[in-house]
Amino acid sequence: MSLDKSDVEKIAHLARLAIDESTIPDYARDLNNILTLVEQMSAVNTDAVTPMAHPLDAHQRLREDVVSETDQRELFQSIAPKTDAGVYLVPQVIE
Amino acid sequence: MHNKTLSELSALLHNGDITSVELTQHFLNRIKTHNGNLNAFISVTEESALAQAAAADKQFADKTAGKLTGIPMAHKDIFCTKGVRTSCASKMLDKFIAPYDATVVEKIAASGMVMLGKTNMDEFAMGSSNETSFYGPVKNPWDTDRVPGGSSGGSAAAIAARLAPAATGTDTGGSIRQPSSLCNLTGLKPTYGRVSRYGMIAFASSLDQAGPMAANAEDAALLLNVMSGFDERDSTSVERDVPDYTANLNDSLQGLRIGLPKEYFGEGLAPEVAEIIDVAIKEFEKLGATVKEISLPNTSLAIPTYYVVAPAECSSNLSRMDGVRFGHRCDDPKDLLDLYQRSRGEGFGDEVKRRIMIGTYALSAGYYDAYYLKAQKCRRLISDDFQQAFEEVDVIMGPTAPTTAFKLGDKTDDPVAMYLADIYTINTNLAGLPGMSIPAGFANGLPAGLQIIGNYFDEARLLNVAHQYQQVTDWHKQIPTAFQ
Repeated sequence: MSLDKSDVEKIAHLARLAIDESTIPDYARDLNNILTLVEQMSAVNTDAVTPMAHPLDAHQRLREDVVSETDQRELFQSIAPKTDAGVYLVPQVIE
Repeated sequence: MHNKTLSELSALLHNGDITSVELTQHFLNRIKTHNGNLNAFISVTEESALAQAAAADKQFADKTAGKLTGIPMAHKDIFCTKGVRTSCASKMLDKFIAPYDATVVEKIAASGMVMLGKTNMDEFAMGSSNETSFYGPVKNPWDTDRVPGGSSGGSAAAIAARLAPAATGTDTGGSIRQPSSLCNLTGLKPTYGRVSRYGMIAFASSLDQAGPMAANAEDAALLLNVMSGFDERDSTSVERDVPDYTANLNDSLQGLRIGLPKEYFGEGLAPEVAEIIDVAIKEFEKLGATVKEISLPNTSLAIPTYYVVAPAECSSNLSRMDGVRFGHRCDDPKDLLDLYQRSRGEGFGDEVKRRIMIGTYALSAGYYDAYYLKAQKCRRLISDDFQQAFEEVDVIMGPTAPTTAFKLGDKTDDPVAMYLADIYTINTNLAGLPGMSIPAGFANGLPAGLQIIGNYFDEARLLNVAHQYQQVTDWHKQIPTAFQ
């Protein structure tokens, strides 16, 4: 299948990316070219193949639930775009 | 001074023939002279470098210095460095001062090495030419009209021009090996899980791996000794002891079984590169190795598989760049959605946006099985090919990249053409295997690398194989005329 303008707009919305109206045809072309490349996977039958999630088939380690980090709120907020009284500020969400 | 190996520099420092401050100043001066032209560094940390060098000199005075104490190096700008801008070559993180050190940065600092600065790269490590950087492309020191490769292009150019004796890189689909090939360096991507990913800005978490970039195999081994090891802060870090990677460098290659995958020598490989690889293989035969043709039948699946797995994981990883807690935020957002969309739209470059969109699409409802799950299955096939091959051979060899360095701008309009630059490197990432690139010769004045792929945790053997080749060849000693 081939992506059209409205598909690109929908994907950009899902990805929370503002893209210029004028660049949509370019993105559509490039994304379609990439998907055509990706379609080459369908040349092989993989029905009986187990998907590979980790190269070494490792399992997630468990650890004790103990405090390992100290509070560095001021340091972390010093690089935030907008903060006030220790909280991160964003446009009003609830009326 | 800048043509010496890490061991030679270490000896000079330990003998008191030179101080770390003098050595560091020498490289800082070279950066000042050449970086304007090459654009290899995004940030030069002169003040902290000289402070670290002074601390190293104190260690020499106290007799507490180690092998790498006082030797300068550079970090790819993908590693978080506390108090220093960590941009990942993106507008998104242009003002991001990392609040902590990556494990790799911590370990290298603990070894006493001196950080000269942070090197340029493709934005979020997405690219094979270093042209997607927000800070502009890096030039290849062998021909400044050409690309250095990517994504670790800044680290590669910095070492090739001897602005730093060694550097760190990261490799998701070839980003250490391909620039090493294009810039005449020795670069190694370790087994997945060998080096901690903590504090290394994530692109595709199941593929990303950090490794050393250097002028020769012994230097790479010394750096890998310091970088490797288990880290509880990285959930995919492997609990396995780190050998001394320099211990086996001098082992004989008598009886080494080399496999040449026929799929690596077909259409798409430039004839001049094929010739260089042929000559290099003959050199290994002279060293006592035996060579046989093998097959990795699913090689052609590597790029299609990668361009599902990597974008899917990147779309998830990069969702943290939302303009709220750090990174770029747009002016006057009218609501939260507008804040997310415009901050990300303004902060990311075209290639990053393309990959996020492909990944978002591949992971969206109804498409998961057709794309991501299918890719994970193809990944198993690619990995099985290698395991079958390693029943018959000890290492696999072939070209690192299909061509020598191409011209700046040559492939920027065609993303798919750019992706093919990693055709021989991507499948080792998908399988999680270690691979390296070593200098193997020149065509029209441009270097080409030989790739050596090993089985899991066989880094010591790769380095041994590379080192033995470097005892009988001098390709790795060649430095571009303008930077000698």
